[in-house]
Amino acid sequence: MTKYLSLFKIRFLTGLQYRAAALAGLATQFAWGGFYILFYKALNEANPAALPMEMGQLASYVWLNQAFIMMYATWFWDKEIADAISSGSVAYELTRPTDVYAMWFFKDMGNRTSRAMLRAWPILLFAVLLPAPYGFSAPDDWRIVPAFLISMLLAFVITVSFSMLMYVSTFYTVSPLGVRVFLTAASEFLAGQLIPLPFFPQAWQKAVALLPFASMNNAPFRIYSGHIAGRELWLTLALQCFWAVAMIALGRAMMGRATRKLIIQGG
Amino acid sequence: MIELQNISKTFKVAKRNAGMKQAVRALVKKEYTYIEALRQVSFSIAEGEMVGYIGPNGAGKSSTIKIMSGILTPDSGECRINGLVPWKNRKEHVKNIGVVFGQRSQLWWDVPVIDSFELLRDIYKIPPQTYNRNVGELIALLDLSEIVRTPARQLSLGQRMRCEIAASLLHDPKILFLDEPTIGLDAVSKIAVREFIRRINREKQTTVILTTHDMQDIEALTNRILLIGKGQILLDGTLEELKKRGAKTKTLTLEYQNGVLPVLDGLFVVGEMPGRAVLELDSSRLSVSQAIGALSESVEIKDLSVSGSATEDVVVSLYEEFAI
Repeated sequence: MTKYLSLFKIRFLTGLQYRAAALAGLATQFAWGGFYILFYKALNEANPAALPMEMGQLASYVWLNQAFIMMYATWFWDKEIADAISSGSVAYELTRPTDVYAMWFFKDMGNRTSRAMLRAWPILLFAVLLPAPYGFSAPDDWRIVPAFLISMLLAFVITVSFSMLMYVSTFYTVSPLGVRVFLTAASEFLAGQLIPLPFFPQAWQKAVALLPFASMNNAPFRIYSGHIAGRELWLTLALQCFWAVAMIALGRAMMGRATRKLIIQGG
Repeated sequence: MIELQNISKTFKVAKRNAGMKQAVRALVKKEYTYIEALRQVSFSIAEGEMVGYIGPNGAGKSSTIKIMSGILTPDSGECRINGLVPWKNRKEHVKNIGVVFGQRSQLWWDVPVIDSFELLRDIYKIPPQTYNRNVGELIALLDLSEIVRTPARQLSLGQRMRCEIAASLLHDPKILFLDEPTIGLDAVSKIAVREFIRRINREKQTTVILTTHDMQDIEALTNRILLIGKGQILLDGTLEELKKRGAKTKTLTLEYQNGVLPVLDGLFVVGEMPGRAVLELDSSRLSVSQAIGALSESVEIKDLSVSGSATEDVVVSLYEEFAI
């Protein structure tokens, strides 16, 4: 386990170097957050009954989404891993007495965590200072905090395992771009990163809630704002556990098959 | 220690003719050709040996190294290294090997080299005492003390290669695979690298397998040479045997005054300046002493040196002989 934590650490420390990117990211996230808040405010003022979530819940959802975007964004991609596959330096990783899947998993986690850490605090601090109901507010019931944290972690594992599927697909297609563009567009939408899932038509919601994407940021952020509670909360956590296991199993199977057939080209 | 038997590997390569029309056609129907990268390759290497693995580009050197280091699965044949099959017991096997691919990097690009070393320590679970001893030794021998605190991306190629070699030896591997370790290095770095490789082979009995296109590497480092071409092992022997086989000519460099060079059967002038000549001797037709005798009769010799043909030429003549 030490080796995987070390990998996490080295990637985490490397990620912390990108301060300019974090600053630019912060500006972007503030802008998007503000834009979403204004958008929902307008909806709320026009017809409060039409909103499937309360304004306060929505605001917390929006700010959490912006603060932890690097942890849950399926478009965020560790270039190092993708390049390792298409350039062939994966050869070196295969000469290590480690599980390559686990190695990349922890690397991706480290990378995402470092970037999220640089962005999350300023955004949340800023959002806390905004007037209610447009800012980031404390949960109504503090007892949901453990469930929220567990759900955050599960969502994180699912997001990383989803990225792993995209990395592994690089073994098969050489250029990961096509798969990536398609999957990130679909997953961003279905994970509720553009608009929260409760805004979807009723008929869709049932189906979409079962997909792995709904187990990403959607689950913990709605648990936080109290929108998922009671029996639904337990079901959500169970579904998250299922997807975490299933996605990792699938990724491992694909990776095992790819490395057995792998040919590193060139000298 | 290392046993390869009848290892074969075929690659599938996409092919099409040039041009737009052909490119569009390839969208629908791809054509492949099959390239036999390795054909029935067999050899064995004992512990502590230092073996040079040579052959032209595309001969199958890297494929063999990749199979031996567990990265590539062959189509058929057997390979056992320390009793393990590399591609089946990959994790177990790679604990005992160190690998340097001259054209790729194993160091983390953005962090100081020493951080990469520490990560490798954790990956290989190297005990602290062993790690500290090895790092100290490697830093001293490879002269790394000034550079281990620099991020890898800011090192020169020669500095980086020394760090790469150190990185591959931190865990005391029994076998070291070096795939073109001196590629792109300047003369000083090359010599430092060679000296170091010789030293660990001698002192730690590390088995070293080296592929290279640099014949000076071979001359400086290896006793035994495996020549591969078109996926087959063509020769397996010492450098001397190779030289004998490859070359029947010797080179005479002569400085002289007064007189005219004699015309002899089996002695050819390949370079001539006033007072200086480079002659090639076909030793099957004329012995060295006969040649020197004849020369000293015709001209006044000021200086004369006789050399066997360079390894470079031997290898070229072998490539020609085997038509590879």
